[in-house]
Amino acid sequence: MDTSRQQNMFRREYLGKGIATICGLFLIVLTIAIGCFLLGKGSLTFTQFDHSIAEFLFSSEWKPSDTEAGGGQVGALIFIVGSILTCALALLISVPFSLCTAIFMTKISPALGEKIIRPAVEIFVGIPSVVYGWVGLVVLVPLIKTVFNVPHGQSVLAAAIVLAVMIYPTITSVSADAIRSVNNKYIEGAYGLGSTRWQMLYKVLLPAASTGILTAIVLGLARAFGEALAVSMVIGKMRAFPESLLDPTNNLTSAIASDMGGAMDGGEFNAALWSMALLLFIISLIFILIIHALSGRKEEAA
Amino acid sequence: MNLKKMAAAGLSVVVLAGLAGCGGSQDKAAADKKAGSDLSGKVTASGSSALLPLAKDAAAKFKAENPNVSLTLNAGGSGTGLKQVSEGSVDIGMSDVFAEEKLPAEKAKELVDHKVCVITMAPIVNKDVGATVKSLTKAQLQDIFTAKVTNWKDVGGPDEPIVLVTRPSTSGTRALFTKFAMDGKEEASNKSLETDDSGTLIQSISQTKGAIGYVALSYLVNNKDVATIAIDGVEPTLENTYNGKYPVWGYEHMYTKGEPKGAVKAFLDYIVSDKYAGELEKQGYAVTSKMTVQR
Repeated sequence: MDTSRQQNMFRREYLGKGIATICGLFLIVLTIAIGCFLLGKGSLTFTQFDHSIAEFLFSSEWKPSDTEAGGGQVGALIFIVGSILTCALALLISVPFSLCTAIFMTKISPALGEKIIRPAVEIFVGIPSVVYGWVGLVVLVPLIKTVFNVPHGQSVLAAAIVLAVMIYPTITSVSADAIRSVNNKYIEGAYGLGSTRWQMLYKVLLPAASTGILTAIVLGLARAFGEALAVSMVIGKMRAFPESLLDPTNNLTSAIASDMGGAMDGGEFNAALWSMALLLFIISLIFILIIHALSGRKEEAA
Repeated sequence: MNLKKMAAAGLSVVVLAGLAGCGGSQDKAAADKKAGSDLSGKVTASGSSALLPLAKDAAAKFKAENPNVSLTLNAGGSGTGLKQVSEGSVDIGMSDVFAEEKLPAEKAKELVDHKVCVITMAPIVNKDVGATVKSLTKAQLQDIFTAKVTNWKDVGGPDEPIVLVTRPSTSGTRALFTKFAMDGKEEASNKSLETDDSGTLIQSISQTKGAIGYVALSYLVNNKDVATIAIDGVEPTLENTYNGKYPVWGYEHMYTKGEPKGAVKAFLDYIVSDKYAGELEKQGYAVTSKMTVQR
């Protein structure tokens, strides 16, 4: 009886803790394993198939050979430019909307914000990306086609708008949290010095919440960069630099998604796609590092 | 403590019942077996996504007759199928192209080719173009896909810009089209919209004015949304494929490493059997043995 009670105590004390530790360690190992795997697969382009990193990053000649012998060209510049362009444009569209929503729901009308806007934004987060892509394809693409009178609506603009809608809830909710966490004494101080509400918002609140807002923007950017499905449905996937916002182009994620099924495992094409995946991984790693640097700054400030 | 025990007991009852249920279904399968053949074994296949729907249909009908054979079919692309069969990780590698085109010569030599059917690729256009343009010469087709001709009025159609819709460069459909319709000329990738699969391609062609693309006949069996284009006056039909008049066709291959045995052989024999030939044609594929021309 005594020993069984002791065992019970032992279980209660260590079992939960043990499971938590194992799960935590497993996650760390998993992350590192994925990183190593991508590094191993993605570097084959440069080691086994003898392409230079400069060719991969700065050439637009994309014609990898789908054989183990290799000998094609792996310039991914069009995809990289496509990704950067669509994401930058998406941010440009999304950030003003998000910031305004965040300010409105926290400071201008908290009651409405709490009851209606916040749940609405949360619903946005939960919608699967294929739905965004589909709606974009069925509504946005024909709309762009008729409004601008172009032969096809698949374009940089369509991709940017779809991405903007997708990252809007992320940026909104994270920056709303940042604004909420601004110390009340700043706000009262601003009012005490006789500023109007808009002056308070613009000159005190936003600067005070700026690191949090930057974090929100980087988070949104990270999501936009990694999004594949919705973008690939509306970007048109034309392998050319877009000459205008209404031209189709291609991006990293769509290019991987469309050829990964057909490219032979162990071939040059496959290796080039893995290199693009590695590039995406590195980019998201950089985003995470930026977020950490930002939040470090925030802690120092507080 | 008691609660836990009860829960554990309850759980084990459920598990046991589940096991018993499984046992029951196995008995049933055994009973079915007596009615069918005694052939048993496992067949694994991977590769071409163009061939997969056919392989799945054949597998379902084959399994109805041979319930003790288990078949596992996966897509993954022609290259992957070839590589896996060459490594021995699957029994059958499904491919749109000859093994020699993807694998090194010494590895391709070990594989045995089974040409299970013939697939015919047809150029398709949006219906507004299809109303006036019924046929194109091969040279016109090549000019269109290399973006030398960019307006339909230059080939006898309406005054509309040509919108190219194509497949990814790793697609087997594209490989066949490039080889036999384009005579090896590369499509203008910098002027064409790319779609991941033939179903989506048909959809974008049907929705985009002035659009042209290409799909396998098997995708057009029940499709009235797009119009097909004849090449040099020859309609893309199974009949014209059989008599060799229509040029854009290719074999669908199932490769095995060495001569197939047992269940694998039975499955391959089933697909090329006369019994299954009718099903093949119903789905828009041509039967290899009816071809009057060879490649």
